[in-house]
Amino acid sequence: MSNKKDNKNSYLQMFRQMVRIRAFEEQANQLYLSAKMPGLTHMYVGQEAVAVGICEALTPNDKITSTHRGHGHCVAKGADFKQMFCELLGKKEGYCRGKGGSMHIADQANGNLGANAIVGGSAGIATGAALTAKRLGKKEVSVCFFGDGALGQGLLYETMNMAALWKLPIIYACENNLYGEYTKVEEMAAGDLKARAKGFGIESFEVDGQDVLAVNNLTQELVERARKGDGPFFMLLNTYRYHGHHVGDINREYYRSKEEEQLWRDERDPIKNLSMLLIDKKISTSEELKSIELEIEKDAEEAVDYALNAAWPEASEVNMHVFAAN
Amino acid sequence: MREITFGAAVNEAISEEMRLDNSIIVLGEDVAEAGTPFKVLSGLVEEFGTDRVVDTPISEPGFTGIAVGAAITGLRPIVDIMFGDFLFLIMDQLCNQAAKTHYMSGGKLSVPMVLRTNMGATRRSAAQHSQSLHSLVAHIPGLKVAMPSSAYEAKGLMKTAIRDNNPVVIFEDKLMYNDKAEVPEEEYLINFGEANILHPGTDITLIATSSMVQQAEIAANTLADQNISAEVIDPRTISPLDENTLINSVKKTSHAIVIDEGHQNFGVTAEIAARISEKAFYYLDAPVQRLGAMDVPVPFSPVLEDLTVPTAQQIHDRAVMVLKGEI
Repeated sequence: MSNKKDNKNSYLQMFRQMVRIRAFEEQANQLYLSAKMPGLTHMYVGQEAVAVGICEALTPNDKITSTHRGHGHCVAKGADFKQMFCELLGKKEGYCRGKGGSMHIADQANGNLGANAIVGGSAGIATGAALTAKRLGKKEVSVCFFGDGALGQGLLYETMNMAALWKLPIIYACENNLYGEYTKVEEMAAGDLKARAKGFGIESFEVDGQDVLAVNNLTQELVERARKGDGPFFMLLNTYRYHGHHVGDINREYYRSKEEEQLWRDERDPIKNLSMLLIDKKISTSEELKSIELEIEKDAEEAVDYALNAAWPEASEVNMHVFAAN
Repeated sequence: MREITFGAAVNEAISEEMRLDNSIIVLGEDVAEAGTPFKVLSGLVEEFGTDRVVDTPISEPGFTGIAVGAAITGLRPIVDIMFGDFLFLIMDQLCNQAAKTHYMSGGKLSVPMVLRTNMGATRRSAAQHSQSLHSLVAHIPGLKVAMPSSAYEAKGLMKTAIRDNNPVVIFEDKLMYNDKAEVPEEEYLINFGEANILHPGTDITLIATSSMVQQAEIAANTLADQNISAEVIDPRTISPLDENTLINSVKKTSHAIVIDEGHQNFGVTAEIAARISEKAFYYLDAPVQRLGAMDVPVPFSPVLEDLTVPTAQQIHDRAVMVLKGEI
C-alpha cells in the first residue's frame, strides 16, 4: 500500500500516543487510589496498541464511539490531557463540563462521539454516524469500539445486519481483552467470534492487538476500502487489560492468575515491543524514547495539577443542557 | 375550511418538512412501499425515494440507535415505532442514549430526532398492542412528549417536533387515524408547552389528553345540558407541560378532573393532580379527581376491554358528583 505509515515520524507518533495513554491511566489510577477522583474508572492499560493503531489510520472527521473503558480511545483520537482530567474530576473545564465523567467523555471536535456506560450501547450511534456519512456523501468512516463483553448484546447484531444491508462505511472493532468484567470470554461467547460478523456477510479480520503496526496497517487498508463503499468490516483485536475490570478490582485471582498478568506485561507489552523494534531497526534510540516518555509523564502530571486546582461547575449548571436550544 | 383525516395530517406534516429540509429521513418497519400498517406514510417513498424513506429490519433497538447516531452527526431522523407497546424494546436507546446525550456531553452533542408511535385501547388488539405508555417516556428528563388530539393538532405538533433540536416522542391515538378535522392549507406550527382551551367554562376544569379530549368534550356538552359549565383543556404536550394554564383554570373553577388513557397508577393523571394540589390547593372546593386506564393489562375480550378506558359518561357522572359535593 502506498499510504502505509512507515516513516520515522509516524512510528514515533504511534509510540508517543501509546505512551500518552499509559501516562494518563497511571495518573487516573493514582487519583482513584488517593481518593481525589469521584467514583470509579476503568483502565485501558495494556490495550494501547488497539486504540492507537486504529485512530492513527483515521482523520479528525472520522467518527468513533467508545466504551466505559474509553480513556485510550479519547487520547488516541486527539484529546487534550487537561480537559480530560478536568472531566474525570467533574470540573467545569472538562470536555463535558463535568457532566459526563470518565464513562461519558466525548470530544466532538476530534470526532469522538463519546464513551458509553452501557456495554455495546454505542453500536447504534456509530452505525448511525456511518449512515449520515453515506447519506450526505461525506466519505467519512465510523469505528465502533467495543469489548468482547458486548458480543452478548443483541443491539450489536441488529446494527451489523443493517450496516451490511446498507453497505455503510463502518468498522466494528472488537477488543477481546479476554474478560467481560470478571468472567472469561470462553464462558460467555460461544463459537467462533469472527463468524458472528461473517454471518451477516461482513468481511472479518483477526489481528494481534498488541502489535500497533499490524493494527494500523490493517486499519488503513479497511478505512481506505470503507471510504470507497466496500464496508462494513469487522476486526477482532486480541489484547489484554493489565488492571482489573475497574480500579477497585484489586484481588482478582479468583478469575485470573498473577502469572498470566505478568506474562502479558513481560512479553506482550505493546509499548515495550514497539520500543525494541524501533531501537533494533535503528529508527530511534533508547535515549530518544526515554526523553519522549519523560516529557509525556511531565505533561500528565501538570495536567493533573491543573485539573485538581480547576473550578467546579457553578450550581446553576445543574439544569442546563437538559434540552438543546431551538 | 377543508377537512382531512388525522393520518393525512401526519403525512402532510412530514412531507412538507421533508421538502424543506433534505436532512430529514424516515426510518422504520414497513414505512416505505407499505406506508406503515395504518397507511399513514403512504406516498412518501414515491416522492422522496428509498434513501430518505428507509424500510428497516424488525430491529427496533437497532434502528432507533442508528437514528440517534444519525441525529448526532447531522441528519434529522423520524423513527417509526409501529406500536407504542414496542417502546419497551428500545428503552436503552431512547432513555439512556437519546435522552441523555446532550446533557452528558455538556451541551456539545444534540439529538434532533422524532419518534412517532401510537397508543390507545379498544381496538381488540390485546395486551401487547394496546398500551398507552406516554407517562413512562415523560418521566425521563431530556425527552419531549407530544399527544395530538385531532388532525389539526397532529399536523402542527409534528411540524414543531421535526424542527425541534431534541428527541421528541409523539403518541398518536391509533383509533383516531381516520377522524377528520379542519386543517388549514396554509402552514402553521403548534408550540410545545402551550395548552389549548377547547371549551371555556366556569364550574369545573376537565384536563384531558389525546384520545380523552374527545370524551371530555362530549361530557362538557352533556354537562352543559344540565347547566354545568365545564372548561376542557388539552395540554398538547406533557413534556413540557403548560402548568400555568392548568393551574389558572382550576383557580377559576375550583374543581378539576384529569383524564388520560395511560394507566392511572403513577401516570399523567397522578402528576397533574399533584401539581394542582401543590399550586392551587386553597382554591379547590373538592378533591381533584383522576380517570385513567384501569391498572390491568389490556384484555382481549371486548366486554372486558371496554371497561378499562375512561368514557364520556364516566367523566360526566364524576363531574356531577364533584359539583354536588358527593366526593
